[in-house]
Amino acid sequence: MAKRSFAVNDLPGFATIAIIVFLALYAPMAVLVVFSFNAGESPAQWAGFSLKWYQLALQNDQVQAAAITSLKIAFAAALLSTALATMAALGTTRRKNFKGQTFIYAMINQPLMVPEIVTAVALLLVTAAIKKATGYTGLGYLILAHAAFCIPFAYLPIRARLEGMDLALETAAADLYAGPWQCFRRVTLPLLMPGIFAGAMLAFVTSLDDVVITEFIKSPGQDTLPTYMLGQLRRSMKPDVNAISTGILALTLILLTAFYLATRTRKQPGA
Amino acid sequence: MSRAEQAASARSVRAGWWLSAPALLLLTFAAVGPLLIVLIYSFLTPGKYGNVEWVFSWAGWVSVLFERDVFDDTLRLADANLTIFFRSVKLSFITTVLTFLVGFPTAWFIATRPPKSRAGWLFLITIPFWTNLLIRTFAINQIIRNEGVLNTILLNLGVIGAPIQLTYTDTALLVGMVYVYLPLMVLPLFATIDRFDMRLLEAGYDLYASRWRVLWRIILPITRPGIIAGSILVFVPCLGAYVTPRILGGGKNMMIGNFIELQFGQGRNWPLGSALSMALLVIVTFALLAYVRTIGGDRRNG
Repeated sequence: MAKRSFAVNDLPGFATIAIIVFLALYAPMAVLVVFSFNAGESPAQWAGFSLKWYQLALQNDQVQAAAITSLKIAFAAALLSTALATMAALGTTRRKNFKGQTFIYAMINQPLMVPEIVTAVALLLVTAAIKKATGYTGLGYLILAHAAFCIPFAYLPIRARLEGMDLALETAAADLYAGPWQCFRRVTLPLLMPGIFAGAMLAFVTSLDDVVITEFIKSPGQDTLPTYMLGQLRRSMKPDVNAISTGILALTLILLTAFYLATRTRKQPGA
Repeated sequence: MSRAEQAASARSVRAGWWLSAPALLLLTFAAVGPLLIVLIYSFLTPGKYGNVEWVFSWAGWVSVLFERDVFDDTLRLADANLTIFFRSVKLSFITTVLTFLVGFPTAWFIATRPPKSRAGWLFLITIPFWTNLLIRTFAINQIIRNEGVLNTILLNLGVIGAPIQLTYTDTALLVGMVYVYLPLMVLPLFATIDRFDMRLLEAGYDLYASRWRVLWRIILPITRPGIIAGSILVFVPCLGAYVTPRILGGGKNMMIGNFIELQFGQGRNWPLGSALSMALLVIVTFALLAYVRTIGGDRRNG
């Protein structure tokens, strides 16, 4: 057989396209970050290094309020959705398949299937009716709505972790007369922790990212950072939006790295 | 099965339901249930200042497709609405095709890296996937808008005499949507290519297949489930896109998402907005069903 002069899995042009794709994905974000430090106002002319857009953003009361709202909602929604997703993951894995399991999966993944705009409309109708009936206009609506669409994102890594876990340790604990709760608290939960942590990170990022649903159901004065930025865009695009964007980007990157580290150490028997 | 085993299994199932119940409850109230409300609202009468009056009416659904003539009160096809629907489907379809054309080589590239660097490349795709969609739309907008980086560079180089008008055109919207949704195509494609048995390529080449033939007859058919999954993952959010068309398309180049929002804002026609949302949901459901059926078929055939 003649010796082949190329790697079998090498397809001509694919590597070039891939490199261009990576450059195209990152170049706009890099430009955004770089120009958030621009002394001038132009989004394309470099006028020297300056932190003035960050100062401007930090001193802006609306930005401060929006940042606090964003973080409050993301914390609460991540906490709630992770707790519910952990329970659901414990309920749907490591037991014999049961009738209705598909239904539970479908329900949990539902937020991923329905276009966001439709969910937003649906929640608008419901919250408008409840607001009118009860007069309550707090952050509760946003927290519950965010928690609901964060559930699938929190659920996936937790379930993956559970499925990769060895049952033997729990059996051993039970053999040593650990009660079910003790067994869960001292064996299952510590082993599951990286998955829960990873799920919480994804839920937090997902909540932080949301624009459409928040835009539809927020009450006046409940702007999050993304809805604030979207509102600013109607007027003009100032570089302080770049500064805020860079801040969110940095936060996302930190959370993703935490997620990456939490899932990396995971043992993967057979996975 | 002994009686004790049966009891244990019934207990296990009950525990499964109880543990899932809180999540199901929240999802029922904050995700699935509200969809039913949308269905109900689509059959009501619009209120004067937004909201609805609880009077049954087909008008919302009728005006998805038809409009009433101001003069003789006859119904005719609502061109404007249909145009927006058609545009949305067309743009979503083109976006899906374009993301596939650049996404497949990218996924292939990542999957064929040595195991050590593969995770790194994959992480590079995951970052944009999790990055705020609004921010990424800003980022691409800064590049392509009139006073943006692209035009500035081209002007300074003397390639063009005047800025190219990209913002508020379909081209800008397409560039933006491909940029924003590309990771959704690459990730499932990578997952399938990663499992692809590279020895099949060797077999193909040994049998004197050209590279083109290997790609066409071996790689693409085997990675079909990933291609379909990626296409659905791109097509569905594209169709319901709201943020990207709002920023890049402007008021004239609306997509369904913006048109729906309009009904709840200035349009003050909540029933029409609800009916449009339901229509969108139906289209998406059909796309998902088609996906489930093809994937199911693939599994059956081997």
